[in-house]
Amino acid sequence: MIELSDVRKVFPARRGAAEVAAVDGVTLSVAAGEFAGVVGPSGSGKSTLARLVNLLERPTSGRVAVDGQVLTDLDDDGVRRARRSVGMVFQHFNLLDSRTAAGNVEHPLELAGVGRVERRRRVADLLDLVGLADRHASRPAQLSGGQKQRVAIARALAAHPKVLLCDEATSALDPASTTGVLDLLRRVRAELGLTVLLITHEMAVVRAVCDSAVLLESGRVVDGGRLTDVLARPHSPLAAQLLPAPAVAGRDGDLVRVTVTDSAPEGRVLRTLAGELGLDVEVAGGSVETVAGRRFGRLLLSVTGDDGRLDAALQRLRDGGSLVERAVPGDEPPAIGAHDEPATAEQPSAPRLLDAPGVPL
Amino acid sequence: MNDWSRIAPQLAEATGDTLYMVGVATVLTVLIGVPLGVLLTVTAPGALSPRPMLHRVLGLLVNLGRSLPFIILLVLVAPVTRAIVGTTIGSTATIVPLTLGAVPFLARLVETSLREVSPGKVEATLAMGARRRDVVRTVLLPEALPSLVAGVTVTVVALISYSAMAGAIGGGGLGDFAIRYGYQQFRTDITVVTVVLLLAVVQLLQWAGDRWARRLAHV
Repeated sequence: MIELSDVRKVFPARRGAAEVAAVDGVTLSVAAGEFAGVVGPSGSGKSTLARLVNLLERPTSGRVAVDGQVLTDLDDDGVRRARRSVGMVFQHFNLLDSRTAAGNVEHPLELAGVGRVERRRRVADLLDLVGLADRHASRPAQLSGGQKQRVAIARALAAHPKVLLCDEATSALDPASTTGVLDLLRRVRAELGLTVLLITHEMAVVRAVCDSAVLLESGRVVDGGRLTDVLARPHSPLAAQLLPAPAVAGRDGDLVRVTVTDSAPEGRVLRTLAGELGLDVEVAGGSVETVAGRRFGRLLLSVTGDDGRLDAALQRLRDGGSLVERAVPGDEPPAIGAHDEPATAEQPSAPRLLDAPGVPL
Repeated sequence: MNDWSRIAPQLAEATGDTLYMVGVATVLTVLIGVPLGVLLTVTAPGALSPRPMLHRVLGLLVNLGRSLPFIILLVLVAPVTRAIVGTTIGSTATIVPLTLGAVPFLARLVETSLREVSPGKVEATLAMGARRRDVVRTVLLPEALPSLVAGVTVTVVALISYSAMAGAIGGGGLGDFAIRYGYQQFRTDITVVTVVLLLAVVQLLQWAGDRWARRLAHV
């Protein structure tokens, strides 16, 4: 549904600043109906990437196709029409203060030349879909952040798009509103068969709603894939973002890194090390989360009392399917991440998001 | 001093002249100044439709118009006024320099108002597949409307002050009245009454403009 081939966006040099390749050769493919995430530190080019999909930014080079139509081959007029099949939701909502909630949802329909009667009907349906039918006459200033984003989602869906771009759509919201908006996104994705590209720095959001994700760094894709594959890869930089584990450096003793999946649970590792070998095993840190209905985790174990049998035991565990290895400083994925984002902290917890009623992931 | 029965009708006529000049000049100023302000805004570098050369030329013209003292403008445009109206004396003739003086003023105010509209709203509308003129029509102008109304109010008040100045060279209206009856005939009481009248008109307009702008603001 979304195909980016070797897309580059270079912003020319400005007074005092050298030219910047915000997006530097990205190839990305999102299948129809997929919920895809783009994560990365601030300044990694995520937002530019979103704007390349609907050509709000024209790429310097490369090819952008949506729904089989090559947008980069179209003239301005063609791009304008093609944008109607791509809805977009923003961090700061970007609703018009001069219009009511209904007026905002009606805006894209007016621009598309839809007749008045049809517009009214569609606006009522959309506000109903996002659960704000009773607020149709409210001005944006009278709505909460979560309600504003719901109106913005209704507006983005008005012209029957096939693709929904979400640029940090939950980053300005409190945890409860974030949950509500994510539930809504999942629901409309399922009900309308949308393809969603979600730009975010909040890993909990990716864990909660995405089927797949890519990690962007300095305008390049450094890692990516289906979350269930990525999280099962011990050295994936993206997995390190999604499931952070503590740093290895500065710790004494034998350290063991365990990657937890449904088929490689940590219990077997703990039984072997603590039970069979009789070693002292402490969990130094890590995280285990439910993603796409399955358990994934990354743990760092601190093991003491090794009498030379540890390496053989680890090899045996590996042969048996467990994802274990000695952790040594320097072998871990570089710690980049969400910590430098200026926006609100990542607070929503994944289990709560998944407990909420909605579409199975 | 008991000649007020003779003066009062003339004062009323002068007030009517002032309102006529300022009223017509306001309409013309809005008709020219708002589009000029829009053009200034959208042609700026990085704006909706960047035309750096056009932007610079327009900016220069507007600055020129604004830096010229109004009394000089009055004299300078006299030939233009004669060409359009046929004379340079009287209320109708004064409308020409009034409009020319107020257009650059309003254009700058309009530009400032439109620049206040968040670029995110423009971007969201472009993402809907809007044409640039749709963005001006459905986003920039409606979103800036409260601020535009405030700008027009300030312009009307400036026009009243210009119109009083135009009175000095035979433009008619309250300014003319204050000079001919109050100043030249040493009738301070007439000057004071005229000033009070002007003050009342300005206050009333400012109050109405503020009220209207507040009603339009939904933030």
